[in-house]
Amino acid sequence: MIEVRELRREFKVATSKGLRRNYKTVTAVDGVTFDVKAGEAVGYVGPNGAGKSTTIKMLTGILVPTSGHIQVSGVDPAKQRRDLAKRIGVVFGQRSQLWWDLPLKDSFDLLKSIYRVSTQDYQARLDECVELLGMQELLITPVRQLSLGQRMRGEITAALLHAPELLVLDEPTIGLDLESKERLREFLADINTRRGTTLLLTTHDLDDIERLCPRLMVIDHGRVLADGPLAELRAEVTPDRELVIDLREPGPAPDVPGVTAVRSEANGLRHHLTFRRAEITAAQLITQVVRQVEVHDLAVVEPEIDDVIRKLYQRQVDQEAHR
Amino acid sequence: MADVIYPKLIAAKLRSQMVYRASFAVDFVSQVMAQSYELIVILVLFSQINALGGFTKNEVLLMYAFAGAAFGVADLFAGQLDNLPTYIRTGTFDVLLMRPLGTLPQIMVSDIRLRRVGRITGALAVMAYALSHVAIDWTPAKIVLTILTPMAGAVIYSAVWVVACSICFWIVEGREFANAVTYGSNAFTSYPINVYSAPLRWVMAFIVPGAFVAYYPSLALLGKEDPLGLPGWVGWTSPLVAALAATVAGLVWRFAVRHYRGTGS
Repeated sequence: MIEVRELRREFKVATSKGLRRNYKTVTAVDGVTFDVKAGEAVGYVGPNGAGKSTTIKMLTGILVPTSGHIQVSGVDPAKQRRDLAKRIGVVFGQRSQLWWDLPLKDSFDLLKSIYRVSTQDYQARLDECVELLGMQELLITPVRQLSLGQRMRGEITAALLHAPELLVLDEPTIGLDLESKERLREFLADINTRRGTTLLLTTHDLDDIERLCPRLMVIDHGRVLADGPLAELRAEVTPDRELVIDLREPGPAPDVPGVTAVRSEANGLRHHLTFRRAEITAAQLITQVVRQVEVHDLAVVEPEIDDVIRKLYQRQVDQEAHR
Repeated sequence: MADVIYPKLIAAKLRSQMVYRASFAVDFVSQVMAQSYELIVILVLFSQINALGGFTKNEVLLMYAFAGAAFGVADLFAGQLDNLPTYIRTGTFDVLLMRPLGTLPQIMVSDIRLRRVGRITGALAVMAYALSHVAIDWTPAKIVLTILTPMAGAVIYSAVWVVACSICFWIVEGREFANAVTYGSNAFTSYPINVYSAPLRWVMAFIVPGAFVAYYPSLALLGKEDPLGLPGWVGWTSPLVAALAATVAGLVWRFAVRHYRGTGS
């Protein structure tokens, strides 16, 4: 579905010093290579300025690469922009493709004409989205009066009316409340599994990845740092798990071999222990802990995906230092 | 049929303007007034003199009306290009690039303002007045020329607009420059071009083909000799000049969009 080889993109940035104007070249995407197969759901994450949006813009034909090869849905986005537009759907979280002053339904009708969707297909697709996203009452509302969450449901519907094989979403859940986010994720997971629509999404919200994307690609400084299933990356980069215990009475942390007490809170009422999953299972550890102290509550904490990404980045820096 | 979509996009825009009825009415009136200021200038001028560059008041009014109608129509469509800097800055231009349609037609129908019809209405009224008060030896060909002139003029102005606004892809706030060219050429073409100095005349006649909007077609209609010595058939070539200008504008626009996609923001 997507084939990217050695993709590079440079920008000239003006640096003004007094009246002199100099240009320096900034490489936003620096040799990115990956494939996405039909039906996959891939999360594309990285810090601000990592090159995510630039990659997305090149994949969707908005920007032309400085060098490298891209094929999306069988076409070259730089050369066949309009062909590509008919095959893919794009949602930008921070810019709208809807007609601001018109009822939501009018935007859908216009897109039907723009993409030349037959009335029958259009009606079926629209009905499906309206039902799954709960938009019955929103159709007659002018877009400017919609809440962000409601508008985003409209944006996603708008991108799906021509039944694209690939749906590209740039920060689809940005600024949404928890309920709206959950609703969108559920819907996207559904069209991915049931309709087989390939998903590629960038996000800052790592719950999106956790819920939606079996595969994660991490990019920073224009390069892919890691590419694989989230669980694998997590196990590989952060083998440590954390056990948080709340004691009945304040006291010292329990002492178990191979386990480190990293910190304690509330005058010794709560302790954080880290353990290596390869060496001791959570169940074994808990059994040993409850033998030593009286436990009020406990929880096993998986490393935050943020930590995973931070460690991946650190690993990359270390590897470069070793070279 | 790609052609079916644009009327729909225009209709959609008109519907959204009707949301703000009061501002529509105010805008409409102000457009009629804007157009009539230039008319007042001409009338005041002719209260002091009898002829301008060898042309009578009504002949000058005819040129003014051709220019005004052409500019009004061009403004209706190409005027949206004034929004280009905003589109580029806010990323709306990227949304246009995501659609399976050309960017230029999408922009042209993106913000059609019905109020701009006010300008065209005023110009057509003056045109009707001028045509009935000047001496024209009517032939079928001249009737066709009269109808074609404002249309060709609209295409020429639109082409100028597209070329001038393309600069915004390099200098995002190039709007001032673009407006100087577009509105400036309108002011210019409302008068017989022989009243201007030679260098300006040459630029406006042949580089920015403004003289083909009103001046040369008016000469042909009136059956007058060009005081600057160009042959009489030049007045009949406006549609050709318009086609040429449109082609050049299309190429410039394509080049500019290619530059945008090559550099981006």
